[in-house]
Amino acid sequence: MNPFRLTLAALALAAAFPAAQAADNDLKALREEIARMRESYEKRIDKLEQRLALAENTAGKAETTASQAEAAARAASQRPSSENAFNPGISLILSGMATKLKVDPNANPYRITGFVPSMGEVAPPPRSFSIGESELVVAANVDHTFRGYMALALPPEEGAAPQVEEGYIQTLGLDNGLSLKAGRFLSGLGYMNEQHAHAWDFSDAPLAYKAFFGNQLRGDGVQLKWLAPTETFLEFGVEAGRGGAFPSTDRNKNGFQTGTLFAHVGGDVGISHSWRAGLSFMRTAPKDREYADVDAAGTATANRFSGRSKTWVADAVWKWAPSGNSSERNLKLQGEYFRRTESGTLWTDAAACLLPGCQGDFSSRQSGWYGQAVYQFMPHWRVGYRYDRLSTASLTNGLATNPASGLTAADFPVLADHKPKRNSLMVDWSPSEFSRLRFQVARDESRLGLPDNQIWLHYIVSLGSHGAHKF
Amino acid sequence: MKTLFRSFAALCLLLAWHASALAALNIFATLPEWAALAQEIGGDKVKVFAATQALQDPHHVEARPSLIARARNADLVVAGGADLEVGWLPVILRESGNSRIQPGSPGYFEAASQVQMLEIPGRLDRADGDVHAQGNPHVHTDPRNIIKVGEALTKRMAELAPADAAAFQANWRAFSEKWRTALTRWEKSLASLKGQPVAVQHKNFTYLVAWLGLKEVATLEPKPGVEPSAAYLGKLVSQTASQKPRLVMRAAYDSPRPAEWFGNEAKVAVAVLPYTVGGSEQAKDLISLFDDTAERLLKSAK
Repeated sequence: MNPFRLTLAALALAAAFPAAQAADNDLKALREEIARMRESYEKRIDKLEQRLALAENTAGKAETTASQAEAAARAASQRPSSENAFNPGISLILSGMATKLKVDPNANPYRITGFVPSMGEVAPPPRSFSIGESELVVAANVDHTFRGYMALALPPEEGAAPQVEEGYIQTLGLDNGLSLKAGRFLSGLGYMNEQHAHAWDFSDAPLAYKAFFGNQLRGDGVQLKWLAPTETFLEFGVEAGRGGAFPSTDRNKNGFQTGTLFAHVGGDVGISHSWRAGLSFMRTAPKDREYADVDAAGTATANRFSGRSKTWVADAVWKWAPSGNSSERNLKLQGEYFRRTESGTLWTDAAACLLPGCQGDFSSRQSGWYGQAVYQFMPHWRVGYRYDRLSTASLTNGLATNPASGLTAADFPVLADHKPKRNSLMVDWSPSEFSRLRFQVARDESRLGLPDNQIWLHYIVSLGSHGAHKF
Repeated sequence: MKTLFRSFAALCLLLAWHASALAALNIFATLPEWAALAQEIGGDKVKVFAATQALQDPHHVEARPSLIARARNADLVVAGGADLEVGWLPVILRESGNSRIQPGSPGYFEAASQVQMLEIPGRLDRADGDVHAQGNPHVHTDPRNIIKVGEALTKRMAELAPADAAAFQANWRAFSEKWRTALTRWEKSLASLKGQPVAVQHKNFTYLVAWLGLKEVATLEPKPGVEPSAAYLGKLVSQTASQKPRLVMRAAYDSPRPAEWFGNEAKVAVAVLPYTVGGSEQAKDLISLFDDTAERLLKSAK
């Protein structure tokens, strides 16, 4: 080996060694430094953690205080703080429609031929756009004994006065299944009679309701209902009061002028089906019940009837919803049969009449029914079909048959023999339980020789307190 | 006429006998969960009738004649409250001719007034959907609420039938002990779900979500009670892409479509929960209801 090279190597080694030793020392110092730093950071972190815990604790306390304050505030807000706290439940029903009628309603005022006009607002709405009656409902418990209810109808016509559709008090629990109502109310007769127009499945009443009760039977009086203590629904009711609306008239005498009896029975079949059926009877004695007509010469006449009027109503409704969940799909079948007999005296002021006082015996036996099916095929959407039929079993008009009177059936065109019928079809969409849009078409053959095609586009909405509907 | 009168008198006697034969406390529960609870407390000393069953949407029930007939003889109505039954119960109470069960009387009990309510709306507007002024009414989905309601209900039942008070209290003690054990079991088995993101179809599991500490990242209904459109669900799918829910919950009575659609599109498991007693084959009573719910949640979250 070359001595020079050896020296070089030795020199290199000598140079390298102290360097290695220095690096070792540095590493040690670094480790110590890191350890010191870790210690100090740990201390700091500990301190921070302690502070955080403290802060959290305070925050938790604050939260508790906040939630306590919230609860207190809630309790305070729930506490009735003013007279307003006792405001009754208020709801407002709005409805409007666009209609297309084939028959001119001005040239041919709506009348159900063969049936004494029932005076109610039974005509279809005017052509084009219109609003229906707006209805304001105010209800609340009066005290521990009574509940008060009022439904005010606001007619759309200019200058028309609001009408009290219903206004009654009702007992809050007479016990033993008894309940008493007094005031003006929709009669418990039949099935649909007690439902307000906004709850109907079609935009107008069945022909039978139009012909026999002028849409709905309502009156001033009292109603007593008794619910039997059985597991099957069994209810009996009696109503008595002043005869006001069709088919009765105010008789201007003390005591009861009209009376109604009804019985309803209902129940479930399995979990998917439920039903209700009923039988009702109404009896009254109208006095000078007037209606307008046109005699054979085309002159307007005024006729009036006094006598006795009895109406029977049989009703049935069947509802189906798979597993009882009606918000998905459901079917509702409903039908009612009406039968009315009237007997008494008819007067007319027709100029052609030869009799002094111009009066004659009058009696009629008439019936009508409707059947309808409404199917909700998916949530919010329903379709429905309704068939209406009215018929006259017998009608004896002494004035028209008595040759001495000088009058013929042509002097009483309203009472002409006719079997009115109507087919209606509807589709409706209810985005929520508070609104409904309906499209309805009907072929209405209630006027002799004047079949009408009617198209409706109808909205019905309800604002305010949540109404609960009957079955 | 005489025979008619006699048969009428006989009928009255029969009805009176019928009424006295039902001396046990007659309970009308609006919802299956409260019927089950009343049955646990009452045992054989009570007669419980459930007005609805698990597959019915409790918001939308018809005031059926059969319900009115049952309410007529009830000594106690156990309702969910918070306006859950507002669309039908008032009619039934009014038509029942029974003063004992009118709101405000001892025979009217509301579960929602016994617990701390959640989701009390800051503003009341029907444009916000089917909101309840007093808060979310589906309180029983938190099993801790069952204890609060049960305690109050036992007290109420004892007041109404003092002769059976001891039995009610004993039944309740036994049940609540069993319940507490089960509660620990459920909390332990479901602890893994804590903080997990979930989606719900309708806001009927709010209390369950709060109990388990789940994170509700999406509600399929755009507003309470309003069915979602496909477009809305599509938007939800993309919105939840960054924080994908572990599962989407719906009650047995809810429409199956929205959850199924969302589950398919977002690749999220659908947990069809019994919601109440009878909502699944397994949910036979309150304990098995939560056993089954826990099982279904864990299965879907896998």
